[in-house]
Amino acid sequence: MAKTLPKTDVVIVGVGWAGGIIAAELTKAGLNVVGLERGKERKTEDYFMVHDELRYALRYEMMQDLSKETITFRSNEKVRALPMRQYGSFLIGDGLGGSGVHWNGQTYRFLPYDFEIRSKTIEKYGKNKIPADMTIQDWGITYDEIEPYYDKFEKTAGISGEPNPLGGKRSSEYPTPPMKKSPAMKMFVDAATRLKLNPYMMPSANLSENYTNPDGIARAACQYCGYCERFGCEYGAKADPVVTVIPVANKTGKFEIRTHSNVRRVLHKGGKATGVMYTDVTTGEEIVQPADIVVLTSYVFNNARLLLLSQLGKAYDPVTGTGVIGRNYAYQVAKGSAIGFFENQQFNNFAGAGSLGVSLDDYNGDNFDHSDLNFIHGGVIAIGQSGSRPIQNNPVPSGTASWGTEFKSKSVHYANRTLGVGAQGSSMSFKHHFIDLDTSYKDVYGDPLLRITFDFEDQDRELAKFMAERCSQIVKEMGADKVDYLKELGPYDIMTYQSTHNTGGVIMGAQPGTSAVNTYSQMWDADNVFVVGASSFPQNAGYNPTNTVGALAYRAAEGILKYREKGGLLV
Amino acid sequence: MDPSDKQQEPSKGTVDGNSRRKFLVNSGYALGGLVVGGALGSLIKKKPAAETAPPKTNEGAAAEPKNYNRALMFFTQEQFRIVESATERIFPEDEAGPGAKALGVAFFIDHQLAGDWGFNGRDYMSPPFFTGEMTQGYQGRLKRRELFEIGLRELENYSMTKFQDSFVTLTGEQQDELLKGFESDEVKLTTISASSFFRMLRSSTLEGAYSDPLYGGNMDMNGWKMRGYPGNQMSYLSIIEKDYTKLDPSSLQDHLVSH
Repeated sequence: MAKTLPKTDVVIVGVGWAGGIIAAELTKAGLNVVGLERGKERKTEDYFMVHDELRYALRYEMMQDLSKETITFRSNEKVRALPMRQYGSFLIGDGLGGSGVHWNGQTYRFLPYDFEIRSKTIEKYGKNKIPADMTIQDWGITYDEIEPYYDKFEKTAGISGEPNPLGGKRSSEYPTPPMKKSPAMKMFVDAATRLKLNPYMMPSANLSENYTNPDGIARAACQYCGYCERFGCEYGAKADPVVTVIPVANKTGKFEIRTHSNVRRVLHKGGKATGVMYTDVTTGEEIVQPADIVVLTSYVFNNARLLLLSQLGKAYDPVTGTGVIGRNYAYQVAKGSAIGFFENQQFNNFAGAGSLGVSLDDYNGDNFDHSDLNFIHGGVIAIGQSGSRPIQNNPVPSGTASWGTEFKSKSVHYANRTLGVGAQGSSMSFKHHFIDLDTSYKDVYGDPLLRITFDFEDQDRELAKFMAERCSQIVKEMGADKVDYLKELGPYDIMTYQSTHNTGGVIMGAQPGTSAVNTYSQMWDADNVFVVGASSFPQNAGYNPTNTVGALAYRAAEGILKYREKGGLLV
Repeated sequence: MDPSDKQQEPSKGTVDGNSRRKFLVNSGYALGGLVVGGALGSLIKKKPAAETAPPKTNEGAAAEPKNYNRALMFFTQEQFRIVESATERIFPEDEAGPGAKALGVAFFIDHQLAGDWGFNGRDYMSPPFFTGEMTQGYQGRLKRRELFEIGLRELENYSMTKFQDSFVTLTGEQQDELLKGFESDEVKLTTISASSFFRMLRSSTLEGAYSDPLYGGNMDMNGWKMRGYPGNQMSYLSIIEKDYTKLDPSSLQDHLVSH
């Protein structure tokens, strides 16, 4: 028999970026908020020994323990889904701050085109440009409408950057100036300029200088130590929820964080949530936390899984294309890249920061003509200098043996003589890409795992090839003696790390029927439930998702306060 | 305790062939009498010539502190020697610097297999088990330590079949030939995939060469020194805008001591 606790105004499931932002905004407005986090407490002091590639990057110190819960995967419905037994394609965060702790800090805004992709594509190229089974749709919100929330998140995090010449309009400058420019980045800028492209400094949450944000939170500048992605920041320089929004919520005295609390069901009755049921993972006890408002802010997978397990919202049926929970799962086409080998030049490749780099959007969104191309959209192209740690970075020119004398001497020779330029390709949604509950594999509590059905399509193969060729042109122009680049994308596989930018499953839209939440992240089917995160992206853009997640969280917080006052659907 | 376990203790330096054979049979790793017998025979009769017995005694070498990390947590002596030879072929010593052996890679792998990683402690290992598509990743029920035990035994078997001699006594070229047979799945094994065992051996070799010396490999940071990697540095603020800058490496132990 589950123990039932006293009711709270709001319960938040998962305390990462979205949960932290919403907790800060709601507690500042006087609401009582309980934050349930299945992982452990985290703080900056934890990272005293963080420069440990083996422990953090290869043994996944910061990630969810897969022995307790994982996902299952299949390429299509004809294949038996099998569990992701070890990490590969993406890394699921765990603990206070969630994936917001081990991110790189690349903080792009999506393009205006991204939010209205379906109508703008049809407007320019006609209906037939979109394949019949491609289920992309407009978000129901435009870039101009979301802009103030981007601005807010960028100020909270202290984003360092300069305007993107091909991006949407900005209401204000970045709060801090761009990061420093390494010699490799200068080479990229020069080459891109000669090619008549539009480079700009990668917008960075690593912090170019000391900064105090509007909430009064002060943080120190980045030291370019080269340990961001998969690591926590020992300086608190990299913006993460633990060093920005969570302390703000804590200071109000109205936020109670319960770590080691794994939420397993959203409880509901008559179209309204009544609270959540969670397991205290230290004792195994099942506990009910009643609340007026339930906010799901866990990772993409768990947001969808909780709704499916709780039978809240209509599950997606890929045969009829009806139902919404699990619809439009998308990813990132991250392999379209090129690498250059420089015989006579060495670089400080070991130094860097997660979002130290230069980007360009000439081949992103609809910034280039697609009339004669067999795909839509594109991706951001960037040179990144995030710190090439030695176990995971041993590039050798194509044709080199992968072990033995030749491999050893070349991998050592090129360790500081290579530069990579890569694209983050967008990922369109398709009718047959979705997430649902697995029928045979279970987690440690006996609940079904989430099942992913996904593969790359012609759209992705064409896009990856195109982006890789663009990247190779730039690397050649930078003066590389040899350039290798992706020739064929191949099938999607779960073993190779590609990107932790999974999206969709609880998507946002202008009307129910084709979306699960409105533009305040409020569920159409249960108006006191808000589901916030990249789970609401109807398809994925050619960028990192965090800025958009942050913006949507600020908008959701505003919506929750409105709902608290008036009730009902906000749109 | 199973008596055969006792006889396994590598306390004496010599190995009793009979009890070792019993151990293997008891442990369920006998892989067809003939081959196993042959492999064992060679392990027993030949003590690899140029050796390498793990822990050095420091007789005479006055104040040099002992490295107590140089002992085995998991491998038998034979397994250790095969791993040492095989990883040296994967990552050999050359004019640029030390190879796997001098970096202590086999100790690193031994220590890793003894812990969480060897037991797949944080992997999803629940049944049912099915053979999957290539794109679905590892779907076996065996843990890494079991894969190593089987893989090393099979490597030795293959060596006996092909060269009628133990892996560690072969020439480098012969060893490469055997490793290539594994890499390409030319060797067909019933219990495990030869190529995935090889890939695991290769990736753990790089881990041992380049992880912090804390883990037993990357001896004296010589792996890092070789490729100009400075290890644990608190700040690159002063060089991030500069051309390649050579820095003396620093380890996590240095960090712990200085803070």
